[in-house]
Amino acid sequence: MTRRRVVVTGLGVVSPVGSSVDLAWANILAGKSGIVPITHYDVSAYTTKFAGLVSPDFKAEEWMGVKELRKTDPFIHYGVAAAKQALRDSGLEITDANRERIAVTIGSGIGGIGSIEDECRALHEKGPKRVSPFFVPSSIINMVAGYVSIEMGITGGSFATVSACTTAAHSIGMAHRMISYGDAEVVVAGGAECGSAPAGMAGFCQARALSTRNDDPTRASRPFDKDRDGFVLGDGAGVLVLEEYEFAKARGARIYAELIGFGMSSDAYHITLPPEDGNGARRAMQGAMKDAGLNPEQVDYVNAHGTSTPAGDGAETTAVKAAFGDHARKLPVSSTKSMTGHLLGAAGGIEAVFSILAIRDQVLPPTINLDNPSEGCDLDYVPHTARPAKVEVVLSNSFGFGGTNGTLAFRRL
Amino acid sequence: MSSLEEKVKKIIAEQLSVSEDQIKPESAFVEDLGADSLDTVELVMALEEEFEIDIPDEEAEKIRTFQDVLNYIKTHASSAS
Repeated sequence: MTRRRVVVTGLGVVSPVGSSVDLAWANILAGKSGIVPITHYDVSAYTTKFAGLVSPDFKAEEWMGVKELRKTDPFIHYGVAAAKQALRDSGLEITDANRERIAVTIGSGIGGIGSIEDECRALHEKGPKRVSPFFVPSSIINMVAGYVSIEMGITGGSFATVSACTTAAHSIGMAHRMISYGDAEVVVAGGAECGSAPAGMAGFCQARALSTRNDDPTRASRPFDKDRDGFVLGDGAGVLVLEEYEFAKARGARIYAELIGFGMSSDAYHITLPPEDGNGARRAMQGAMKDAGLNPEQVDYVNAHGTSTPAGDGAETTAVKAAFGDHARKLPVSSTKSMTGHLLGAAGGIEAVFSILAIRDQVLPPTINLDNPSEGCDLDYVPHTARPAKVEVVLSNSFGFGGTNGTLAFRRL
Repeated sequence: MSSLEEKVKKIIAEQLSVSEDQIKPESAFVEDLGADSLDTVELVMALEEEFEIDIPDEEAEKIRTFQDVLNYIKTHASSAS
């Protein structure tokens, strides 16, 4: 049996560099950082005092009703907004004839941590009778998919995958399988996150995971650079509309690219660190290439996980060399996290969008702040400025706490 | 309209995201103002907070309209003058 093909027909982005696909992509190609000081709560006691907060052009009330906004954590606002953008972009009309053949899977690494924090405070200070009846549905991870299903009338299934920073890549990968297998004709897939709430910041600070370059936030996320000192938290959401190829063609949809492969692996090594040889990352990339029927030489660009942590960037570089052999020397590998920060469970979503736009516009997004590549980081990271290039096939990498890895492969159609 | 009525109306409007003009004495939260069961729990919490009273669950279930709230608070709240 030939496998049903899966294409991308809609894109949605809420991010630190812009909360529309056009603005976010323009800023990425211009090499603009979206990292800002945190001023909406007191960060004086935090070792890191900045993050990639959602860009000021984001207006939540454009995407959800006032009543719903009040009862939901910001990660839900971001996810619903990105999903509605993507659906609008796809031009898909949801009707009684197709709604049962449409599903939604949008995950989050952490979910509503800010809401959990607020309600726990109410519980401890005022008692159980002061906990909001909306506490649970405002903060649990599958509620992005839940709201999208309810508000858009999508009835073919809704759930969330949760795998830390690989969440969105796994969501998109699973969506690919659902369409290939025939469970759905259309899946709205991606990730959403708002990890910059106080408890999230404090937790990542204490894990020593974050950059502490407080005097220069826009230069703090510097993947592959020798002076990198940790990642920068980012908030937002990235969502794709994926469709079965014939279904998309039949309705005359504009097709951005084909999702041709998905690979995953686990490190079985450490809760937060990758193995030095990056063997899990290598196997995720090789898995995606095998799934797609690709030779390494056919890959034109890798959108790296590249978080700007000392351990991660080195391991990913080693993994790229192991997966691509000689081709690694000619293969551009860039990290858009240098501009957006790390959106955790949403990272694979916005990076899938950027990977697809690289194919559409035949251009490679840059890695900014890469002033002095670290020892051993000797690939072509597309430093500082975007570069026109022939881009037929792209891989997008995501790796997460727990040693969980996922790679997506997209091809120009 | 008394200050109590105004205060309660404001809380209902805010909690249920409706305009104050929509709220009549006989307006029922679920049937007329679009509330669901979770909204009514939250509304009762807001009233408890504002008037520093404790509304037991069995009493809360009987509070269905704007007028019910006014009646309850007039009988139970010391600050409801």
